[in-house]
Amino acid sequence: MTAATSPAQGAPGAPPAAAALPATKPRGMFVRGLEVFLENKLAVVGAVVLVLIVGFCFLGPYFYHTDQVTVNLANENLPPAAGRPLGTDQSGYDVLGRLMVAGQISLEVGLAAAILATVVGTLWGAIAGYFGGVTDAIMMRLVDALLSIPTLFLALVVVSLFPPTETELIVVIALTSWLTTSRLIRGEALALRVRDYVQAMRVMGGGSARAVFRHIAPNAIGTIIVNATFQVADAILLVVALSYLGLGIRPPQTDWGGMLNAGINAVYDGYWWQIFPAGIAIILVVIAINFIGDALRDSFEVRLQRR
Amino acid sequence: MIGFLIRRILQAAVVVLIVTVIVFILLRAIPGNIAVAILGPAAYRNPAALAAFNAQYGFDKPWYSQYLLWLGHLLQGNLGFSFTLDQSVSSLLGQRLPKTIILVGISTIVALIIAVPVGLLQAVRRNKPVDYTFTGLSFLFYAAPTFFVGTVLILVFSVKLGWFGPEAPQGGIVNDFTDWRDLTLPVVTLALVTIALFSRYMRSSVLDNISEDYVRTARAKGASRQRVLWRHVMRNSLIPIATLLGLSIPGIFAGALITESVFNYPGMGYLFFQSAQKQDYPVLLGFIVVVAIATVVGSLLADVAYAVLDPRVRYA
Repeated sequence: MTAATSPAQGAPGAPPAAAALPATKPRGMFVRGLEVFLENKLAVVGAVVLVLIVGFCFLGPYFYHTDQVTVNLANENLPPAAGRPLGTDQSGYDVLGRLMVAGQISLEVGLAAAILATVVGTLWGAIAGYFGGVTDAIMMRLVDALLSIPTLFLALVVVSLFPPTETELIVVIALTSWLTTSRLIRGEALALRVRDYVQAMRVMGGGSARAVFRHIAPNAIGTIIVNATFQVADAILLVVALSYLGLGIRPPQTDWGGMLNAGINAVYDGYWWQIFPAGIAIILVVIAINFIGDALRDSFEVRLQRR
Repeated sequence: MIGFLIRRILQAAVVVLIVTVIVFILLRAIPGNIAVAILGPAAYRNPAALAAFNAQYGFDKPWYSQYLLWLGHLLQGNLGFSFTLDQSVSSLLGQRLPKTIILVGISTIVALIIAVPVGLLQAVRRNKPVDYTFTGLSFLFYAAPTFFVGTVLILVFSVKLGWFGPEAPQGGIVNDFTDWRDLTLPVVTLALVTIALFSRYMRSSVLDNISEDYVRTARAKGASRQRVLWRHVMRNSLIPIATLLGLSIPGIFAGALITESVFNYPGMGYLFFQSAQKQDYPVLLGFIVVVAIATVVGSLLADVAYAVLDPRVRYA
């Protein structure tokens, strides 16, 4: 991984093995990683599926216009037909259109929460691992304690204390899911802080902040990215679970979990179109992200135990 | 080993103590304060009642004596009082926890019985159709939200086929066994997710072991393929599963929360969910302490089991 930060000098012509690459620059970690990634068929399928679903949710509404604000009880629970491919729900909303709007929130919350959780977890773990000793012991015991409360339980208590908006929900989910990241990064930091280049920088007068931000965190980037990928999937599932329990996104906004929550009461009436589209969308996204995460793990040669 | 045990138990105790601090902070973070939460917003107009309530429960004292008071109650098994259900949290726990243990216990045993052979089969038939099939299935069930799986199962096996009941057995734990047809779907729902996780671990654990020297040695000595697989590889591959079992306690509890909510199963998870809706804080926080202790004990047992099962592991 050090090769990526200090590119090899004195190789003017690209070696034959790298001839297929567009750039003549030395092959960095990311280019090598990308090659491994593209060789993994499942990962490519996952990436394509993810791009399609993101496009469907964010661009779809521009082509398929529906009213997702006004309740229209005259149109409730209509089965799929021409003009409404997935029927309507019990409030008269078009299900296909709702799938797009709800998907936007699920994906936004999942991605934002995962990024926030990754930033917090990385800093926490890097600082604990870098300083070691008492700091490490105190910081990691706090992580142990928070980890011993199942995320769903902790999140449920917090959202029942403070009914959240979308932004607050992101914060709640991030603050309950940065723990595993911090543990992984702490492990990396423990190994990295004794490396010669970190020691050398310290001797030259570099401070602790520089060590953590410029050396430890960047060198753990593989672990960070791979973990962040799985975090997105977990965050989406957590939002879905909270919304299903009626304590996530508040109406009239909704996410895929909210759609399932609303549809499940009607499912005994045979209104299958009210739960299957959202359920299948969740499964597709989570599987796609997991495929991508597995491939990234191979690309970055990260050896980490999942969960 | 003894030294390791003592240090590990002390560490677990510290973690539990920090959990109580976190829960206490949450308790203090209740909007307004606990008196308003319990007496209702109208209490703002009746300061005398608020003051009386605070004096009765010690909420007028400084925060550190409140914490010590609360911790003292906790040590005596007093987890607080549910004002919406008019019962002590520990008596609620006494009713609900056995139900959850039955559900979680049966589904974990079912999951193990299925996941261990499946993982072994996948590893032996690596990159063959049967491996791909089960890998695909475990990805599917890992990605599917628990409540979606539960709902689809109800739809197929209860509404369409009518084989099993859509609602879990109510009443005490005896009903779980007399009404086993109603218990089937909740158990299957919870087991499916667990199978997905465990079979993945079993598969990679067997793959790690199958290329070890001892396997080649045993084969060279003339032990049959079957014997090596079932006697040698199987036993060694189960070691990480034993650890995993201890570490998956929080995940299984979370799965139970959703499963119980889908099937109206009167266990601890469903009560936790209902209490979250009604903002019955004493129940929420009391249960969190209990779940956290279970998790800490679980990971403690996982560590100890690892040291006991694998003689190579020696903790200095």
